[in-house]
Amino acid sequence: MTKSETEVAYQSISPSDFFYRNREIAGFSNPSRAIYAAVRELLENSLDACESISIPPKIYLRITETMPSDAERESAVYILRIEDNGTGIPSEHVPRCFGQVFYGSKYNLKQARGTFGLGGTITVLYGQITTHKPVKVISSTGAEIHEYEMMIDIEYNRPMILRHTVLENRKGWRGTIVELHLEGDYTRSMSKLYEYLKQTAMVCPYADITFVDPKGRLYRFESATNIMPKPPKTVRPHPHGIDVETLRRMTSISKAKNMKLFMTEQFQGVGATTAEKFLSFAGIDPKTDPKSLSPDDIVKLVRAAKEFKEFLRPDASCLSPLGEELLSTGIRKELNLTERDFLRVYQRHPSTYSGFPFIVEAAIALGRSLSKNEEGSKVIYRFANRIPLLFDESSCVVWKVVNKNINWSTYKVSNDTPLVIAVHLCSTKIPYKSVGKEFLADQPEVEREITNALRHIARYLRLYISRNIRLAKEKRRLNVFEKFLPKIAEFSAKLADKPEPPDIKPLLSAVGAELPEVERKIREVPQIAGEND
Amino acid sequence: MQEKTIRESDKQRESMERALKTLGNLIYDQITNREFPWIMMQSRSMDNIIYDSEIKQYVLGDKMVRRHSRNIAHIRPFTQLVWTAWFARELLKLRKTSTLREVYYSARGQRDIEFKNQTESDNIITDLETALNRPREDFNVYPEERSAIFGDLTIEYTVPGYEGKRMNLTEHPDGVMIGPALTSAEFVETSADKVLVIEKGAMFTRLVEEKAHERFNALLIHTAGQSPRSTRTIIQRLCRDKKMPVYIFTDGDPWGIHIAMVIISGSINAAHLRGLATPEARWIGVWATDIINYDLPTENLTDFDLKRLKELREDPRYREELWQREINTFMKIGKKAELEAFSRYGLTYIVDEYLPAKLELA
Repeated sequence: MTKSETEVAYQSISPSDFFYRNREIAGFSNPSRAIYAAVRELLENSLDACESISIPPKIYLRITETMPSDAERESAVYILRIEDNGTGIPSEHVPRCFGQVFYGSKYNLKQARGTFGLGGTITVLYGQITTHKPVKVISSTGAEIHEYEMMIDIEYNRPMILRHTVLENRKGWRGTIVELHLEGDYTRSMSKLYEYLKQTAMVCPYADITFVDPKGRLYRFESATNIMPKPPKTVRPHPHGIDVETLRRMTSISKAKNMKLFMTEQFQGVGATTAEKFLSFAGIDPKTDPKSLSPDDIVKLVRAAKEFKEFLRPDASCLSPLGEELLSTGIRKELNLTERDFLRVYQRHPSTYSGFPFIVEAAIALGRSLSKNEEGSKVIYRFANRIPLLFDESSCVVWKVVNKNINWSTYKVSNDTPLVIAVHLCSTKIPYKSVGKEFLADQPEVEREITNALRHIARYLRLYISRNIRLAKEKRRLNVFEKFLPKIAEFSAKLADKPEPPDIKPLLSAVGAELPEVERKIREVPQIAGEND
Repeated sequence: MQEKTIRESDKQRESMERALKTLGNLIYDQITNREFPWIMMQSRSMDNIIYDSEIKQYVLGDKMVRRHSRNIAHIRPFTQLVWTAWFARELLKLRKTSTLREVYYSARGQRDIEFKNQTESDNIITDLETALNRPREDFNVYPEERSAIFGDLTIEYTVPGYEGKRMNLTEHPDGVMIGPALTSAEFVETSADKVLVIEKGAMFTRLVEEKAHERFNALLIHTAGQSPRSTRTIIQRLCRDKKMPVYIFTDGDPWGIHIAMVIISGSINAAHLRGLATPEARWIGVWATDIINYDLPTENLTDFDLKRLKELREDPRYREELWQREINTFMKIGKKAELEAFSRYGLTYIVDEYLPAKLELA
């Protein structure tokens, strides 16, 4: 064995470098996925920017082709431009928000779309490595407008500013514009992209989204309401969800004099009594100085926190569910449901898994207008913190609930009934099964909540379907009588030598008497559902 | 004489027309009274078909059914019934006759009520018969003709264009087909004093050739298998009005036996009608005992034949000794013989020897 063979070069890489080398982790695995992922990351940032200050988002998205694909290069080059009316980014943060991986405003305990501070930068990074063009970011928080042209220094995970201009903001514009070049395959990502925008519009009915695609086609997703869900509050962590490293950091920076105070100040829902009970359960003296805890004590505390049963439920005010009203507005709008169609939305009470609060919202739609639009029998829409999940449907817990847990025949749903099922999961930590963030793991608590929500709605669905079946039956009956009674009248008159057939209208109205009543009952179903809650 | 017969057939037609019109009025009035029209009739379900041992035929019991147009399952057949009644009245008005098959086709083009198949239309006609208590021949619907009659009987037609025309039934050596015209004809005079009913065409032809009608002073009727209702009506009329004894001559097997029995006691399918059975008629052969006595060439009974014999043995119409004896004998010898079997003794043997002997016995 020679020396050179055993010598191994050791080096560290920056986070930017890591994602440069592993960009499929963030969804940029191939040219068609890249366009989809880029739109998704930037659009979600824009929506978050608007929602955080409760302004109905107005978003303009444009993709322009600058260099078509040809025999030599498989992918075309596009300019992606997105404009929003959100908070705007304070000038001093702009370079690092778009030029440094793991820099952002979302590292706290409340519901948000992104959590890593990764999306914007990784998109810029992808654009840069495929086209070697700088990104342009224009943003204002209401004062002057800052315009940056910059690239990422990948090796050192830091932004390189090429140009920074400050402009006057006479009209008081607020928002952010991002424009970048990237390589991709629009044609192949087109249908997914459209589906993504449509579902985003469904789960954000207060958002107004305009999309101009590379072929010059205009897609409008108009808002149907000005009402927005209550924004989430930042909360202190719940003891159940804590891990060893977090607890160590908290003890090292805490100013609390003893463990009893530490527990009540640092965690949600822990009062003096609970703190004492818990510390005695964990075998830690309440008078202990948090800074003096040994590593063993910290591990002991974390384990005890998971076993201790007397903490209050995690606080759900850090969550921002859509609410039944808004979700039904969004679904009705994007599926073009009519008044006669069935749509029922239900929000479960907050629940928790491993110390993380979550809320399940679900909806079922059924109607004549759906059978024309949707292929297959059951269409499932999955949302996590208002992000549509489009891939790997059959690995998702929602799919499992719909196809395995619920026996649809109980609810008079047959295989060809055109059902639309929507499930929205809100949580401070969505239980994704993989880094791709496309499907939910089957956490028993989450699975149970989804199942219960859908079963609850399905009971009203059964009522709707059975009343419809009855209406169809009544109509069929009436048809039969409308067909035969005139013949009986005609031939009995001829047989009896009467000049005119007898009047059958009284008989027909007797047969049809039930119809208006049944129709009224069908229209009633959604209302009844509301009354019974 | 001529005047009188025409009046009688007119009277019958008029009463039939009146019955149909009454049915129309009933339904018309029900609708006018804001009532869903309905009619009552005797049930023809199996549990309401009862054997009447006094008149020796199957009859309908007391159970009644109501065909109600309010019932979604009934309204289509009900409509068909009204249409059929109207069609029957048109036939009578126009003095035309029709067949079961024609009725089925005539409803074609009547959207929604046309019949799915002939079984359906036959059934509706039977309903109309039951409701009105009249055979369909009365409203001019006949089966396809296939049976024939031969012998010295003078008839007088009543059908349009032939009113008053007379004919002697010896005029055609193939026999005269028993169709609507003959069925509605009056029997004017005859020299015959008995009726010989034969199941098969070949034997009928032989009897005509051998002048059996003269030798036995008989009218010959060919049923061509199970006899049509019009033929049974003719047999019944000859027996009742002309007081002629009737002798039935069939193949010696369960199917032949039953052809004779239907003439004598009627069929289950026509339990709703009277006037089709001729209880006085006698089955004179071919018996099982004839097979033994005349040493006839035979074939073995099949399983199917045996099954049918067992059914017949249990049937109340076959309770009498003669039938029980013959059925048991068939089963014992396991053989059957056709009418033609007598040919082994020469073509005329049946007329020269067998028939005279059997008629003697009867």
